[in-house]
Formats: sequence, structure tokens, C-alpha cells
Amino acid sequence: MDEQRPNPDALLAALQKAEARKQRGKLKVFFGMAPGVGKTYAMLEAARREVAASRDVVAGYVETHGRKETDALAEGLSAIPRLQVEYRGMCLPEMDLDALLARRPQLALVDELAHTNAPGSRHPKRCQDVLELLDAGIDVFTTLNVQHVESRAEVVRQITGVGVRETVPDSVLDGAEFELVDLPPEELRARLDAGKVYVPESARAAQEHFFRPGNLAALRELALRFAAERVGQDVLAYRQAHGVADPWKTGQRLLVAVSASPTSASLVRWTRRLAGELQAPWLAVYVELPRPLTEGEHARLARHLALARELGAQVITTTDNDVARGILRVAREQNITQIVIGKPVGWQALELLRGGSLLSRLIRDSGHVDIHAVRAEGEAPVPRKPALPRFDTASARGCGVALGVVAAVTGVNAVLQRWLGYQSLALVYLLSVVILAMFVGRGPTLLAATATALLWNLLFVPPLFTFLISGPTDVMLFITYFVVALAMGHLAARLRSEQGAERRREQRSTALYLLTRELAQASDFADLLAIVIREVGKAAEAEVALSLPAEGSEGALTSYFASTWPMTEKEKSVATWALLHRQPTGFGTDTLPSAEGLHVPLIAGEQVLGVLSLRFRGSAPPTTERRDLLDSFVRQIGLVLDRQRLRDAEQQAKLVAESERLSKALLNSISHEIRTPIAAITSAASSLSEAGEDTGLQRAMVDEIQEATRRLNRLVGNLLDIARLETGRVKPKLDWCDVADLIQATLKDLEGELRGHEVSVELSSGLPLVKMDFVLMQQVLGNLLLNAAVHTQPRTPIQISAAVEQDALVLTVADRGRGLPAEALPFIFDKFYRGPSVPAGGTGLGLAIVKGFVEAQAGQVAAENRPGGGAVFSVRLPLSKAPPVVEASA
Amino acid sequence: MSDKPKPIALVVDDEVQIRRLLRVCLEADGYRVLEAATGQEAITEAAQRKPDVVILDLGLPDMDGVAALKRLREWSRVPVVVLSVRDREEDKIAALDHGADDYVTKPFGTGELLARLRVARRHADPGPETSVFRSGRLEVDLTARVVRLEGAEVKLTATEYSLLRLFVQHPGKVLTHRHILREVWGPNYTEQTHYLRVYMAHLREKLEREPSKPRLLITEPGVGYRLIEEGSVGMAPS
Repeated sequence: MDEQRPNPDALLAALQKAEARKQRGKLKVFFGMAPGVGKTYAMLEAARREVAASRDVVAGYVETHGRKETDALAEGLSAIPRLQVEYRGMCLPEMDLDALLARRPQLALVDELAHTNAPGSRHPKRCQDVLELLDAGIDVFTTLNVQHVESRAEVVRQITGVGVRETVPDSVLDGAEFELVDLPPEELRARLDAGKVYVPESARAAQEHFFRPGNLAALRELALRFAAERVGQDVLAYRQAHGVADPWKTGQRLLVAVSASPTSASLVRWTRRLAGELQAPWLAVYVELPRPLTEGEHARLARHLALARELGAQVITTTDNDVARGILRVAREQNITQIVIGKPVGWQALELLRGGSLLSRLIRDSGHVDIHAVRAEGEAPVPRKPALPRFDTASARGCGVALGVVAAVTGVNAVLQRWLGYQSLALVYLLSVVILAMFVGRGPTLLAATATALLWNLLFVPPLFTFLISGPTDVMLFITYFVVALAMGHLAARLRSEQGAERRREQRSTALYLLTRELAQASDFADLLAIVIREVGKAAEAEVALSLPAEGSEGALTSYFASTWPMTEKEKSVATWALLHRQPTGFGTDTLPSAEGLHVPLIAGEQVLGVLSLRFRGSAPPTTERRDLLDSFVRQIGLVLDRQRLRDAEQQAKLVAESERLSKALLNSISHEIRTPIAAITSAASSLSEAGEDTGLQRAMVDEIQEATRRLNRLVGNLLDIARLETGRVKPKLDWCDVADLIQATLKDLEGELRGHEVSVELSSGLPLVKMDFVLMQQVLGNLLLNAAVHTQPRTPIQISAAVEQDALVLTVADRGRGLPAEALPFIFDKFYRGPSVPAGGTGLGLAIVKGFVEAQAGQVAAENRPGGGAVFSVRLPLSKAPPVVEASA
Repeated sequence: MSDKPKPIALVVDDEVQIRRLLRVCLEADGYRVLEAATGQEAITEAAQRKPDVVILDLGLPDMDGVAALKRLREWSRVPVVVLSVRDREEDKIAALDHGADDYVTKPFGTGELLARLRVARRHADPGPETSVFRSGRLEVDLTARVVRLEGAEVKLTATEYSLLRLFVQHPGKVLTHRHILREVWGPNYTEQTHYLRVYMAHLREKLEREPSKPRLLITEPGVGYRLIEEGSVGMAPS
């Protein structure tokens, strides 16, 4: 037993992956280095093979570019007609996703995975269409070139100099099967020269450049490496699933520092590649500084974070005054082993003041964490722009105030100079600058500092009314004043902006705290939902609708009545999409961005509890900050709703348990109270009959008493059984049982009752052991036999038979009585139903109990008339498994 | 008969009527009868008067019958026959697993109860140690490990023999599934009832005159099996 045991967690994950793959459709990518290598052709060939294997294959969208060989292959495959989408007077052919989903083939062919859909389509990108197909359990064949892979796009741009706009996130390709369609570069060139490669008119110019032999060789290597990496992942997954001994991959966790800098995008891609190779989870972290971002920076940052998310990173936004400190804090919290940051460009003097550059400080303080400094390519090599004071109304007002203050202080100084020396006046100026800095921004403060320095020089430092300074003392004084004023202004302004950031953070936590407090006060689920709607509406400044999944039907939503936004049908369908796909949808997202509102699913654990829909006042999408807050809200709400749900379920369970306890106590006491006197009568009667006072009359009377008490006892038993069935307390204990034994034990029990009938048993040979509850089945069979005995003439035969039919054991009780009246057949197993013209006696409970007990064991009952007269009752019990083999004993 | 001391039966039941009835029946059968209405009383009586057999109801006012049985079994091996209205197999199994010798459900025939009491008492007092068990046609020689049916030797496999031996060592007593599986197959097999079903069918095939109507090894539905000692009592169904 020295075989290494695979890690159980990895095994479990592999199993779950396999499970998820089984339900989800499988994606197969025909992967190439460049257009023209024959991907579509290879895909169609593969599709033909699938058709030959009699799978249901439909071409969702296949682009043959009119090439004859390819056309010939596509012919005869069933295809979905293309959708013509009108856009600015043009007709753009698109794949008809809904038609394809409705058709539900086993396998769909979707060419050109990286395609961008016409505006107005459900998803901006075709790869999202493909994901939806996969989610619907449809396998997909698709084609893709290496330059369209998100994480490789940057490298391709560096190699070819051609930027790629249409990219496919790597996460889409996770779990996909890759088939590399390879062609030596010379052959591709030859095909190109022969005009066999379709190149759009607009790209003719770039064509020559792109298809240079050197480029093609590089692209080919890139494609081969990418495909090989995928295969490597498959092998790893296989090894985990099959317990092949494998060195445990170190638990690497990567972190990439993301900022608004244009270089961040390629940093993110670089990290994704590294993470892919290491099979490691990775985080993208943005450290929010007190300095506010410009509009452009904001948009860029949002793009970078979205890119990271798309590539599979967990995105974390944190606030700190210092980037290095923020990164290291997150790294410690998240057990990060490697940090990726951009290599600094140039030399920045200010860094020295802060104790070294970001990189050197990270290296110094990171301890055991590895640091990768990566040379990053930007969209354009922009050095960090100096933070120019922006000129908006706020700072204009600030400048006005500053100039006013400067003017006023100059007036005061003009008066004061009678008593004070001009050096002291500088201090008065300085005082005014410092006080000013507490109220206005950095720009106005710097303006005031400069203005006062100049005015002081001009008006008070001799020689007056010139900017000349005579003595070295004055020069020293002027320079010192200038530097001190600037520094003071700078520091005061920074303090203020930090206070601002602090205030924003506090507002955020206050809002969260308020929400939590409000939610905690909710008395029940309905109250909770009303609070959610109110608080989210307040915080997001939006109209809010909350929809809950409708009971019973998959995917249907009902709006909660307290919603403040009456959604249209269209918005409801968007909300449903969000529910089914468990991701935010609509306004401000990638899916159905033309919707009016933003629809966010409330997820708690594995369950989607509902959808929160928001229509923002104003047309701009919410800021990053607000989205962050909203995300926190939604997480919090999900947690609270889940807790409430669990609490409700627990309460329900308690209630059920309590009522069960009561009914059990009641049944026990009834059973005790009735059976005790019956027991007394029975034992007294049996004593009498055994005492042997043998006058005929006495014996007959004792027999009557015994018969009556037996009947009474059976009635009580039946009533108790029905009560147990009604309250759902019949819990069969399924165990392997011998059918012959069951029949024998039942017959032995009913010897007296069946004395007047000829009972025969017919067992087919080789009956297996059957999983059933022996005691329940004994009652079932007993009731059927009693039923037959009561409803037939004495000395008529009763036949019991047992046989295996398909996957069930069939047990029948047949009699030769008058049979069942046709009108009674549908009701015969109903409670208290008694057939027409049956002899008095019996409660009509026996057969209802039979049905209840059999169904509790997942079986079925049936009654019909026999050919030749009489009734036959049959019980089918499923043979779920073959009975275990009992090996012959030694 | 009269020179022998009368056996003492302790009737534990909270119902006066049942106690009265049992007293009449038992006295007619030659017992001296003690009565107890609660579990506590029963334990005190059993300790002081050393009864020869105990008839125990499970629904006692002060404690559960099984709990009383457990306390009693801590120090006494007196045969106990449970007499209860509880007819669920869990209750029977619980009582048998906690040391009851037999289980009779109310309503009951007095003849059957008296017969069960006799069987229970005989086992508590095994008498001279015999290595050969006889019952009707069946003869089991425990020292020679030989089984004979009407004098002719019957070949049993090792497992079949150890199964039969277990029954022979406790004739007339209900053995629960778990008990049999533990004794014959081992403690890891107590849930493997299919073993038992298969081997019981084998044994019946070899020992019963009519395997479909067993007279020796009879099924106690949902509880276990019992080996009948032929000629000992009339086991009439209730």
C-alpha cells in the first residue's frame, strides 16, 4: 500500500469539475495561428464525423467565405438561418441565438469565436452567446486564432505591430478541448498568394505586414505553446482524477497591482499567463489614494479591473494613503506568495521623499513574498502626467477667495508696517496662507503662497516697488518664505483631501452599518424585503424592484409588492436572465447593456434568492464608488436573507417536530387506552376457552368474543396505521428481504382468518432478495389476503404469486370471487371507500393502507378483474439494485 | 408437585385490570404472584423477593420499561418477558437487545403467554449441561459438530453450522438480526442482513420438511428468528 494517495480535495474538485462538465455543454476550439490555416474546414470535417456517429448537429453560424471545398463540406448539414440585424442602414448577418437555443441540438457549430455582435444584440460578443449555449447543455465547436486570445493579444501586437480589437477572455476557454489546426508558414504564404485566404477589403494594407514569414513563425510558436499549455492543464486534471501520483503543486497565489496607468492592462495579461502556468489563483488589487481620479483615469481603471475580472482574477479595491502599504496589507490578508508590479519608467524625485520608489519599498517590506517587476507596454507610452490643478468652478471660487484674502492681508500689512519690520509682515502673510489652506484646495493655496511672496517682495521689501532684493539676508528670507509657504499649503491641502477620503470611507461604512442595523431589526421575511428595497433605494438613489423566484416554476419571477419600480415585461425578462445566469445584467454591464435598469442577483451560498433591480435617477451609469457600495450591499443582503431563510426553515422544522411529537403521544395514548381493555378481554376469553368448560353454548360464546375482539383490534390497528400515513410518519426501513419468507410469515399470522379458503403460493424460481420493509409488506400482503377472504365465498381459492418483471418485483393476490364492479375500480384504494354491495364489516381502510405502505416504499398498486372471474390485486416494488452477492462460506 | 416451592412471578404493569387478570391466570398455572405498578417498585420487588420470572410492561408511569429492564439487568439474570401494546418492531428489538428473554404483544392469549414463560424459565435454569440438542427430527451434537435429521447426517457448511449452533444454544428465544450477525459474522457485519436471509434460506432448505412452511426456524417479522423446540409448547398463533 505504498501507492501515493491523491489529495482528496483535488479529487473532489476534479469530480465536481467532471460533474459540471457533464451537465454543461462541451466546448471544442479549432485553434490556429492566423486566418487561412483551415480551421473552418477542420471544424466541418469533425462535424461530419459527429453526424456519422448519429449525433444531432446544427450549424449555428458557419462562414465559408465562398471557398468551394468548405462549401461542399457545409452542404447537407442542417443550419439555422442567419438573423439580419439592421444597423445604421446596413444589414449585418448574425447568429440567431434564440432559434438555436429553441432548436436544442446536441452539437452546435459556431464559427469565429472572437466575433463582435452587431449593436443591439443580446450580448456584445459572440463568445457570450457560446457560453449561453454551453450553459444550456449544448456542445459547441468553434474556431479561434491565437491573436484573439485575450492574454496573448498583447504579445501578438508586439510581434506584428497590428493591434487586435476583438479578443476572447481566457476564462471562456477554460475547460475547452483544443484542436490545433497547423500549417507550415510557407504553405500558408502559398495559399495566400493563390488567393485562397479570405482577407477583408479594409485589411488589405495590413495583410502584407501581418503575413510576413517571420511573423508567421512567431505566431505559430505562440499558437503551439498556447495549445500545449492547455493540454498540460488537461493532463494535470486527468492525473488528479485518476490518482496518478503528482508532486503537490505549491499553493501559489498571485497578486497584480492595478492602477489607472495605461500599462496596467498588459500587467494584468502577464499575470494571467503566469497564473495559468502555475495553476494558481490570482488577485488584482487597486489601491485607492486620497487623490481623486480624473474622468479619463476613472474610465481606464474601470476597464483594467473589468479586464482582470474577465480573465478570472478576484478583484479587490482597498483604500490607503500609500500604494506600497495598501498592496502589502492585501497581500498579507490574502496569503499572497507573488506580487506583480510594473517596472518604473524614469526616475522620480518625489519618491525619494517618501522613502524610496514603490518597487524598492515593496522589495524591502515584502518579507517572504516574491516580487515580479514587469516591463509593461502601454497603449501609448505616457509618463505619469503631473497632477495639474483642474480648473473647475470649485477651484475658481477657491482662487477668488484666495486672492481676496491676499488683498485683505496686504491691506492689513500696509497698516501694520508702521509698527512692524518687513520681516514680521512675512509671518503675517504666512499665517494667512496656512489658514487659507485649511479651507480651500491645493491650487488656490499655492496661488496664494506665490502671490503673497511676490507682493511681499514688491510692496514691503526694500527697494520698494521692485522685485529686486538687496541683501543676502533678504534673499535668504524670501527663499525660505516661499518654500515654507508652498510646503505648508501643500501639507494642509493633503490633510484636507485625506480627510475627504476618510469621510467617504466612513460614509460607506456608515451606510453599510445602517443597512445592517435596519436589517437586524426586521421581524420577518416580508419586513426584511421592504427594508432592503427602502435602504438600497436611498443609498443608490434609484428606484428599486425586488423579484423573488416564483414557487414551483423554474426561472419565473414575481415582483415583491413593496417594489418602488414597476418593471416592464422587457425588464422582467432581463431580470430573469440575471437570475438564471447568476450575474449582474443590464444597464452598465456587458450583458444587455441597453436595458433600462441594472439587475443584480442576490446570491447566498449556492442559492439565488432573488434579483434586485435598480433604475438610477439620471442617465450616467453609477460611479465605481457607488458600484462598490452596491456590491457590498448586495453581499450583505444575500447573507441576511440566507440567515433569515435558514431561521424560517429551522422554525418550520421545530414546528413540524413539535406536532409530530404531539401526534405520536396522542397515537400512543390512544393505542394504549384502547388496547389495554382489548387485551384484558382477549386474555380472559382465551383463559375461558382453555379452562375447558365444554358446554357447546359457552364455547360458541367464547369464540364469538374472541372473533369480535380480533376484529376490534384490527380496526384499531388500521386506524393507527392510517393516522401514521396521514401524518407522514411512515418511514420504511428498507432492507434485503426474502419474498418466500414474507409470504410464509404472513400466512402463518392469518392462519385462522384464511382457514375457510384454499390458499396456494406460486413463486417463480430464482427470486432475488428484495429491498423492502418486511413489517410494512407483511401488513400489505395481510390486508390483501384479508380483503380477498372477506369478499369471496368460503372454500374458493386464493392465489399468491411473486415474480420479477423488468425492474420490479410483482406480488399478486388473486381470488375467484365476484370480481370488482367497474364503477368501483378508480376508487378502490381510497380511504373509507367501500364497494357497492359488499357485505357489512370492514372499514374501507385496508386497501388505503396497502396503497400508502407500498407507495412509501416507492412501489405501485393496481387492481383489476381476472379473466374467468374474480379480482386480482398486484403490488410492484422497484428492484433498484441487484441484491448483493453472498459468497459461499468457507 | 406440592412439595416443591411455587415459582414466583413478578407482574409489572400499571393497569390494575391486567395485573388482576394475570394473577388469576398465573396462580391457576401454579405461580405465586407479586405485583408492581411502577418501574421503581418493580426493581425494589425484584431485589427483595428474587422472583423466578418477570412480566414487564413497557409503558410505565415513572420510567420507560426498557430503562427499567436495563437497571434490572445490571445485577440480575432473572428471565424477563415483555408484555406490551407496543407492536412496532423497533420497540421489540430495543427490548430484546437490552436483555429481555421474550416479547409478547397485547392483546395476548393466556396459553401463549404461559408457554413463553415456561421457555424463558427453562433457559434461565439450564439444568445438567448437555452437549446434544434434540428437537423433533433434529439432533445437534455440539461436541462432535454433527447434525442429524431423523438419524441421517446432514452436511452443513461452516457458516451454516455456526448459525445453527447459535440457535441451538438459545432454543425458543427470539434472536435479533443484529445479534445473529454479530455472533456469526462479526461486529462489522451487523447491517448485512442479506447474508442472514440467504443463509436462513439455506438452513431451512436442509432442515425443514417443507422449507416454504418452516416449523423449526421461524421468522419474527422485522425482529429476527427463533428456533422452536418441538414438543415443548403449543405455539398457537394469537
